[in-house]
Order: sequence, then C-alpha cells, then structure tokens
Amino acid sequence: MTHLVLLAQQLDQIFVIAKHWLLGFVPTAAQALVSAIISVVPILIVFPLLFAITTWLERKGLGRIQNRYGPNRVGPFGLLQPIADGIKSLTKEDIVPKTADHAVHFLAPVLLVAASFMGYAVLPIGRNMVLMNLNAGVLYFFAIGSMMELAVFMAGWSSRSKYSLLGAMRAIAQMISYEVPLVLASIVIIMQAGSLSTVSIVEQQTSYTGIWPHWFVFTPWGFAGFVLFMIAATAESNRSPFDLPEGESEIIAGYYTEYSGFKFALFFLGEYIGMFATSGMAITLFLGGWSAPFSFLTWIPSYVWFFVKLLTIISVFIWIRGTLPRLRMDQLMNLAWEFMLPMALLNLFTAALWHFMPAGLSRWLVCTALVVVPCILLSRGLKQRKKFQVRTYHYSE
Amino acid sequence: MVGKGIIQGMAETARNFFGSYVSKQRLTTVQYPEERDPQIERARSFPFLVYDGTDPEQGLRCVACLVCEKECPPKCIFIEKAADKKPDVAGKPQPYPAVFNIDISVCMSCQICVEVCPFDSIKMDVVYDLSSSDRFGGLLLDKQRLAKSNEYYNAIHSTEAAAVDARLSEERAAAQAKAKAAAEAKAAKAKAAAEAKPAATAQTQPAGGDVR
Repeated sequence: MTHLVLLAQQLDQIFVIAKHWLLGFVPTAAQALVSAIISVVPILIVFPLLFAITTWLERKGLGRIQNRYGPNRVGPFGLLQPIADGIKSLTKEDIVPKTADHAVHFLAPVLLVAASFMGYAVLPIGRNMVLMNLNAGVLYFFAIGSMMELAVFMAGWSSRSKYSLLGAMRAIAQMISYEVPLVLASIVIIMQAGSLSTVSIVEQQTSYTGIWPHWFVFTPWGFAGFVLFMIAATAESNRSPFDLPEGESEIIAGYYTEYSGFKFALFFLGEYIGMFATSGMAITLFLGGWSAPFSFLTWIPSYVWFFVKLLTIISVFIWIRGTLPRLRMDQLMNLAWEFMLPMALLNLFTAALWHFMPAGLSRWLVCTALVVVPCILLSRGLKQRKKFQVRTYHYSE
Repeated sequence: MVGKGIIQGMAETARNFFGSYVSKQRLTTVQYPEERDPQIERARSFPFLVYDGTDPEQGLRCVACLVCEKECPPKCIFIEKAADKKPDVAGKPQPYPAVFNIDISVCMSCQICVEVCPFDSIKMDVVYDLSSSDRFGGLLLDKQRLAKSNEYYNAIHSTEAAAVDARLSEERAAAQAKAKAAAEAKAAKAKAAAEAKPAATAQTQPAGGDVR
C-alpha cells in the first residue's frame, strides 16, 4: 500500500523530478536560466498542441451539433486536420494592405500571442508545477490579460480598413466592459483566500470534507462568481455568443479582416491560448486548480486533473458556441453594465457576509438567497423595462 | 424563469450531438466518393450515343443525318459524315459518322439533340463526375467515349428505354412486314407477269431469268 502511495506521489511529481535531474547536469551559474527555459518550453509546446486538438474538437463538436460529420478526411477521424490547416496557412500568401501601418500591422499578432502566453506564468498546472509563484499572481494575470486589448486595437487600427476598425472598436468596448465583472467576480476568491498568489489559492481548495472537495465553486458566492467569471471570460476571449468583434456575417472577420496566411493563424492561436489561460484561471480560482474532485481520486496525478478540467470547460465553450446566437451590441453592453456589474458587486457583499456569519445552515440559506433573489429580481426588472416598438428609420427611407 | 430558453437550447444541441452518434438517420451527409445517392431515373447530364449489339462501331444507331448538330444551341456537336456506307444491325447499308465529337465543356444539357433525333440514337447520360485535368482533350468526347450500349441505356433510364425499344421493334417489325408485303406483292406481280407472259408470248421467250 505504501508502495502504491509512493508511486502515485512520484508519478504526480514526475516532471518536477525530471527537471531537477536535468538541472543536475548544468553548472550552477547557468542554472537559473536553464531552469526557466525548461519550465517555459513545455508550456510553449503543450498549449499550442492543445490548441490544435481544440480546433479539431470544435469542428467535430459543432458538426455533430448540426448533425454533420465534421472533418473526417485527413487521418483517422480527421485527427490530422490541424496539421493540414497549419501547412495551408503557412503556404498562403501574406498580404498586407498598401496603406496599412506595416510595423504595427506586423507587431499586432506577435503581441497578441506573446500576451496570451504570458498569463501561463502564474497558472499552477499541477502540484509544485507553476512557472512563477508570484505573490500578486492574480493581479499579474489580469494585467497581462488587458494587453490583449492593445494587440487587438493595434490590428484593427493599423489595417486601415473600415471592417478592421469597426471590429477593433467593438472588441475594445466589449473587452473593457467585461473586464470589470471578470475582475470583480474573482475578487471574492481573493477575499476568502486572503492571498493573490494562485498557488496558495489552489492549496486552500485541496482539503476534503468526507469525499467532497473544498472548491470555492461549492459556495453560493463562489458559484455566482464562477458563473459571472465564465460569462465574462467568454466575452473576453471573443467567443460566441459574444463574438461581435469578429462577427463574420456583419464585418467579415472584424479586426483581423486584413490578415492572411500565418498572421491570421497567429491571431487564431492567440485567441485560443488566451481562452485556455482564462479558463485555467477559472479552474484555479473556483474549481480547485489541480486538486481531484473526490478524495478517493487523489492518486491520479494533479496535472491530469488540471487538463481534464480545462478540456471540460473547452467542451462547454464549444457547446455554447453551437447553441447560442450572437448578441446585439446593446444587449451585450446591457448585460455587462446592468446585470453582471450589480451582481458582481452584490456578490462581494455576499462573500463578506459568508465570512463573518457562523458556519452552519443559516449562512448557507442567507447567502443562497442573496444570490438567487437579486438575480431573479434584476433580470425580471430589466426585462420589464424593455419597450418593444416599431422602429423608425430616419435615413434609410 | 430566467435562462430557461438557454437551457432548452443547450438541451436541444446536446440531443443533436449525442443523437448523431446513435441514429444514422440524423446524419444526412452522403460521403460522396465512397457513397452515392441512388440514381434518379430522370436525371440527365450530357448526351451519349446508343449502339445495339456488342460492337460500338457496328451497332451505332447514328446515321449522321446532322440534325442534332444543326439544332444544338451552343453548337457543341461536331459530325463528319463518312463517304461510304456500312451495314447496321439489320444488315441494311446505312451512312455513319466518321467523326462524332461533343464538347461537354460547351454543352448545356438542354436535351434538344435527343428531342430532334429521328433514329433514337442520341440519349442523355447520367454520369456527372467528369472532371478532368486536361480541360481541352479531357472534355471533348469523341465517338469511342460517347458510344454506350443499349443495355446501359436500359439500366440508367429503364422506363424511357423500354418505350424506345418497343417503338423501335415495332417500327422494325412494320418495316419488315412492309418489306415482306412489298416483296410478296412484287413476287406476286412478277409471277402474274410471268404467267401472263408465257401465255402472251409463249413462243418467243421462255419463262424465268428476269425475276428481280
């Protein structure tokens, strides 16, 4: 039995042990640099690989949702489709508009990809598997996340195309609006955990009551925060139903209309990598990071749990994309400022109340009511205020 | 209830997702090169030439009357009539086309050639995957590529072909009966003449010899 426990522990730490073993061969002076490289390179390999798998998964999933097969020609079950797509985008001509700002046009995709990768520095992928245990990790993550907006606007502005600019304006409006509930929704976790470090936030969720884990999502405020966070994360990563910035039926492809070939692929990569990073943050904050969902499953390595959770969230993203139609611009803004912002602010209060009330059923009841009742009242109220009327178009008739 | 519509929608898409793995009926996609839809009988693509029997050269129904070439609206048919004649399936000598080309890159599948053909020799085919890497030679169908057997015609357009076969055999029978009747009449006439002749000019010429 002890043998098995030891084996499970070693399997859990296999990458950490391997890294230390590799570092043993390196002279002391170069160890810091080599250690950083050894930690970064797997992230740069694993997540783009996950991106490739996700594009396949998404096309397959959407296909099945629409009663189609999806890609099934390249390789078994179409599994080699991402490789074919990669070769295609590499061999395509890279067209830059004549009047574009060449330098900015070139830098935008690079910055987007760089910014989206930087968030992974503070994501604990497994036990002792974090690139950098910053004591302001969550803050760092959101600060880096807002760099993506800059990249998006650089792309839209430098292309000198009306569709690009419209898409970029939409993207900025949307991403800044949803950054507010995104951060507010995660503040409840910081309040509860008393730390901005992602590692300590995860560690606080790794204990169990019976077989049940102490994930923050299993509290009223945590659940509300999780839902708000995921809605905001969907909007942040420009995914359907919040894909107005790239609404292909309205403004072609939004801010990357004027990109082609590999730069287009880089945008695609950056968006997905960013989506994984935000999902990873949601896992870290609400879903217990790398911890197992039941106490009897702790023998499975921690990094496996992280990726299982990540793939689950990705599947839900795909499922939502296959279901919901795109929002209108005013609906998008109303959702952010009139519904999500008040709910997130109220959630802060609920979390504080939870902290100060004595543990027991009463705190559960009060806090659940504080989440559910305002949610229903707010959505009802917003619905009633809406007046449907015949529109008059002043200029089109 | 707030979000009820979203939940309903999510359930519907989930049902579609899992249903497509369970029931084949949901997946209407036909995996084209491997699978094909059953051929529709009245489908048509481009014309082909019908031949009777087994030899495409011998049995070609076309007699190079040039009606289809003249009627073709986009002028995609090119026929060169042969100088000689050759016997058809019935053994009767007929003119035949030395060259019969249809440029299917020009053809608009209007079926007018089929309508005007007095010999039921040109019919519409159903083959549609005719793409070629050679856009001139690959799409210019010559006599060899156009000639297809009557059995093939029966296989692709069974009802129409049966009607054509019935009409043709009727016409042939009628022609044969007519020929026979004519021959009989001629024979009878010749016989009568032969009988009358010996009576009239019995002493000048003996019977027989010029029965044509």
